[in-house]
Amino acid sequence: MRIVIAKPGLDGHDRGAKVVARALRDAGHEVIYTGLRRTPEQIVRTVLDEDADMLGLSSLSGAHAFLFPRVCQLLVEAGCTDVTVFGGGIIPLDERSLLFDSGMRAIFGPGTKMHEMSEFVDAVISRSSSNQPVGVGEGGDWVWSSGE
Amino acid sequence: MPKSLLEQAISGNRRSLAKLLTAVENGEVSRDSLKLSTRVADGSVIGVTGAPGVGKSCLIERLLSTWTSNGLKVAVIAVDPSSPLTGGALLGDRVRMESADDNPNVFVRSFAARNQPGGMPNAVVLAADVMRNCGYDIVLIETVGSGQSEIRVVSVADRIVLVEAPLRGDEVQAEKAGVMELADMIVVNKSDLDGSERAAANIISSLELTNNPPPVLLTSAKNSAGIDDLATQLRTLRAKPDAELARARERLLTAWDNALLSREDIDGVLDGLAGSENSAQEWVDKNLRW
Ligand code: B12
Ligand SMILES: Nc1nc2c(ncn2[C@@H]2O[C@H](COP(=O)(O)OP(=O)(O)OP(=O)(O)O)[C@@H](O)[C@H]2O)c(=O)[nH]1
Ligand SMILES: [Mg+2]
Repeated sequence: MRIVIAKPGLDGHDRGAKVVARALRDAGHEVIYTGLRRTPEQIVRTVLDEDADMLGLSSLSGAHAFLFPRVCQLLVEAGCTDVTVFGGGIIPLDERSLLFDSGMRAIFGPGTKMHEMSEFVDAVISRSSSNQPVGVGEGGDWVWSSGE
Repeated sequence: MPKSLLEQAISGNRRSLAKLLTAVENGEVSRDSLKLSTRVADGSVIGVTGAPGVGKSCLIERLLSTWTSNGLKVAVIAVDPSSPLTGGALLGDRVRMESADDNPNVFVRSFAARNQPGGMPNAVVLAADVMRNCGYDIVLIETVGSGQSEIRVVSVADRIVLVEAPLRGDEVQAEKAGVMELADMIVVNKSDLDGSERAAANIISSLELTNNPPPVLLTSAKNSAGIDDLATQLRTLRAKPDAELARARERLLTAWDNALLSREDIDGVLDGLAGSENSAQEWVDKNLRW
């Protein structure tokens, strides 16, 4: 899988994003890291040019409620409906359904084990190979829950 | 299907170009299926090589902004290593290339080396040609920057720029002899740091006794010193005349490696070698004829 890991907005916490990028590399994926402080537009352009299969967003500063849905919307507008979007960071449980509604398929909080993230990626691979919806604009109500 | 993707890419559709590059990278399309003729090595595909951390990506960013402000369209292929054990890769060169994210006349694509011999995927040749056909005037190829890939880049690029930086020690430069002989230009970056002028002087004096020494430039990607000069000289850079034989050798080795590794029985051959007493040399003697 080609996976973009991106940090939208002004949030300067990049440890988590880097840890996740390395873990996904170690799980055998090709991971493109964008660096800090990217706008939603820049992130979508990276996904487009790199022809990524998945996009992981990281936010610890509290701006996820605005930035994550914005990225999802722009991706759909750019025609990248089949890209799977997931995320992590400091994201309160009661704010997650809004993100799932915008097309995200998984949210991982602090302390997430690396094997769980790669289980999620594997689930995406197996679902998409059987033509079940996984993309940001593909609808369906599947979201990842641990232990699946 | 691939042909129409190429047509869409040529008409400026970024997503089509991106999808086509994926197909090229995965070996799903060939030069024949795209009906692309072999490109003349006119100096428009430039390899940027040099050890990790010397500033290749930052220099490329400076070149992108200089050239695009002169009305050129520029594409970049940034190659990073793949893990031989898991096949995974962390592609981080984009972080240093801000233009990659919003300049409409720039297209940056990251390639994982995918354990291709020499750390330089063969697909890069066709990928660069596709980019040239899609209206990108210049294609820059950033290498992994270590080991063989430094030299292998001569088999995919028209011109080679070797980037050095101060504080890297004389021994390192001696090890670089191989690629120094092939480089069409040597750039000593980080001229804002102490020791850069001495590093450049050392390189110039070590090249004095060779035929056709390449130009040596001092630059700073940090404060932009020397960048305009670099951008101008690269547009008319000549291939080092006496390097033809060495280049041909690298091209042959690359083609040979690819032919070997794309044999249908290669997985079986490798399994056999990994699990048996037979040496690779014996296998070669027995199975390869020319
Ligand atoms: C270290 C840290 C910093 C460091 C950051 C260093 C760096 N380069 O990253 C420094 C000191 C710079 C810093 C600064 C600030 N911080 Co701070 N910081 C933390 C702290 C203590 C730990 C974060 C961390 O690195 N964790 C380790 C990593 C590995 O975990 P992680 O990021 O959570 O990632 C894991 C998961 O979330 C998930 N994940 C994360 N991203 C992604 C992405 C994907 C795709 C996936 C799949 C998974 C995933 O996987 C990871 C592994 O399990 C947290 C508190 C906390 N316990 O979280 C506060 C915290 C995040 N900071 C906070 C604040 C307020 C700030 C400051 C504004 C403080 C200030 N007033 O100056 C500044 C702002 C900096 C900026 N420019 O944005 C608040 C945020 C509050 C909020 N969201 O409402 C927190 C929550 C502390 C708190 N309880 O108040 N901080
Ligand atoms: N002082 C100074 N630092 C520089 C200059 N150019 C690059 N750097 C710094 O050198 C470091 C490495 O720069 P990169 O451009 O990522 O180097 P690279 O050669 O692409 O590295 P790899 O891709 O890892 O092989 C970064 O911290 C840059 O900020 C320069 O001209 N002067
Ligand atoms: Mg680099």
